[in-house]
Amino acid sequence: METPEALRDRLLARFPGASIELVPNGSPSAQVSFRIGPAALREVACFLRDDAELALDQCSNVTGLDVPDREVVETVKESQPGAPGGPPVVTERKQTRLQPGHLEVVYHLYSVARRQGPVILRARTGNRTDAVTLPSLTPVWRSCEFQEREVFDLFGVVFEGHPDLRRILMWDAFVGHPMRKDYVEPDDYEWEPTPHGDVLAKARRHYPSAAAPGAVQPSP
Amino acid sequence: MMLPDPAATGLARVRKIEGDALGLRTPAFAPTEGAGDLLEVSLGPHHPSTHGVFRMDVVLDGERIVRLKPVFGYLHRNHEKLGEATSYLGSMPYTDRLDYLNSMTNNWAYALAVEKLAGIPVTERAEYVRVVLAELSRLLNHTCLAGFLMQDCGCSGTPLMYAFREREKILDLFESLSGSRMMCNVQRFGGCRVDPSAEWLAATRRLVDGYGAFLDEFEALLSGNEIVMARTQGVGRLPAALAVNAGITGPMLRASGVGHDLRKVDGYGVYPRFNFRVPIGRDGDVYDRYMVRMLEMRESIAILDQALRDLPGGPILDPKAKQRGLRPKAGEAYGRIEGPKGEIGFFLVSDGTGNPTRYRVRAPSFVNLTVLEDLCLGHTVADAVIILGSIDIVLGEVDR
Repeated sequence: METPEALRDRLLARFPGASIELVPNGSPSAQVSFRIGPAALREVACFLRDDAELALDQCSNVTGLDVPDREVVETVKESQPGAPGGPPVVTERKQTRLQPGHLEVVYHLYSVARRQGPVILRARTGNRTDAVTLPSLTPVWRSCEFQEREVFDLFGVVFEGHPDLRRILMWDAFVGHPMRKDYVEPDDYEWEPTPHGDVLAKARRHYPSAAAPGAVQPSP
Repeated sequence: MMLPDPAATGLARVRKIEGDALGLRTPAFAPTEGAGDLLEVSLGPHHPSTHGVFRMDVVLDGERIVRLKPVFGYLHRNHEKLGEATSYLGSMPYTDRLDYLNSMTNNWAYALAVEKLAGIPVTERAEYVRVVLAELSRLLNHTCLAGFLMQDCGCSGTPLMYAFREREKILDLFESLSGSRMMCNVQRFGGCRVDPSAEWLAATRRLVDGYGAFLDEFEALLSGNEIVMARTQGVGRLPAALAVNAGITGPMLRASGVGHDLRKVDGYGVYPRFNFRVPIGRDGDVYDRYMVRMLEMRESIAILDQALRDLPGGPILDPKAKQRGLRPKAGEAYGRIEGPKGEIGFFLVSDGTGNPTRYRVRAPSFVNLTVLEDLCLGHTVADAVIILGSIDIVLGEVDR
């Protein structure tokens, strides 16, 4: 199979407007991946599947990654004019900047016909709250159907064009996405006959609409 | 059914997928003209035929299935979150609980992913021991599956009891080696936790030598059995193109005529040193899925034969290979092996600390369930039960 750099150049030549970027991997596995802009993701996927040389006919693994917001400490240099004739005074100041987080979906592609792979695709959402939509690759590979549902369920990525996007492991009335790094698990209030105190407060936080937490637990 | 000759692996039979893959979705079975009301039936979650806590939401027109939605997650314990809260070594015993029939291959897949992530070499003896344990596990899994499948067909008791008798012999070996029948926790990064003794190897040799005779007996009972053939042939056909596109792996993919076996394709471990064939099916129906597993067991016996013969001496685990407190460099790795149920893979992302920031299990039974509805449409409920049985799911792995 061609080198990742050659494949990236070929993809860029084929999709001139698309954002295609090689993501290095510091591990000895050396499995580099391609970060594709969401706009071109499905076209690139179709190309990779149908290209005679690659023939990536199987999407083996689909998974999500959660990268929370984090504070980055940066050193900023400021120069002010010093004494007349003298050099400018440079002061260094540390400032913290909030780097917004995102959700990422990773696809591991292999070719059964040509026995090669993996080619790894990644796509990022805009943020972790209101811009969490990515195009679904289920129309390209059926194997994404359940796995994208799982990413939707556990990470909260919304896949546009998925034929049946529902929760798959958690129950339908469940609130939240448990694989996110900032997920706070509810207490074992489900088993409290009469929740009270902290347990009740936590249950109310988790299911705000519910007066009694037992009431919003329809049996699946 | 046929065995390919080694030169032609059957890959030529994979058809290229054209157009939108959604077009591959089996068209919904049209209800009969003037039919009565459709009936929605919930099969499971507590039903012997569902092999665990699994539910099929079935819509029936008379006896025919017009819609089927699998519902699962009853055993969900967020295994992946547990993996992120645990050290690399700490997850090893948890992987036993995924596909609880095959802790040996789960351990191996996880160890392989960590070895890729951290660049840990594996000792020669451990590579052979891994092959021995994985192939024993494959024998165990396929034998049990045949027993369960016959139980699903309504063949009550006998085949399952025969299968469980043999399974117990293999579990005895696992127990004497690892201390546990099913939760073996044998693999470590760069080798194995236990070193098989000469007595254990002799006992394994005796079991392997006798297994062919058991298979002969088992197959005489089942493979040419008219009732089994009438019940399973032509049921739940899976076309090769759909199988590849839907990520189906393992015996289920090979039953559809695609000669794809990671032991050959990836050649991980020391598999390239062994001489074995990859059985493939022709029709991709329930019978082929049963038969491919029967033939695979014969090949496993051949591999075991060679692995036990060539097993080298030397250390089973490099004492310098770090286990506790392993901190791989920041990066990621996806490692996969051919488990008895299909491709079991682990995707690990390290940020340089002692816990993985992402620990993902690619469970073969979970992905293989994708096509359950396609296989069942137009068939009866009784057929859906054996189609599910032939997929070979374990809910510990589907739900994670």
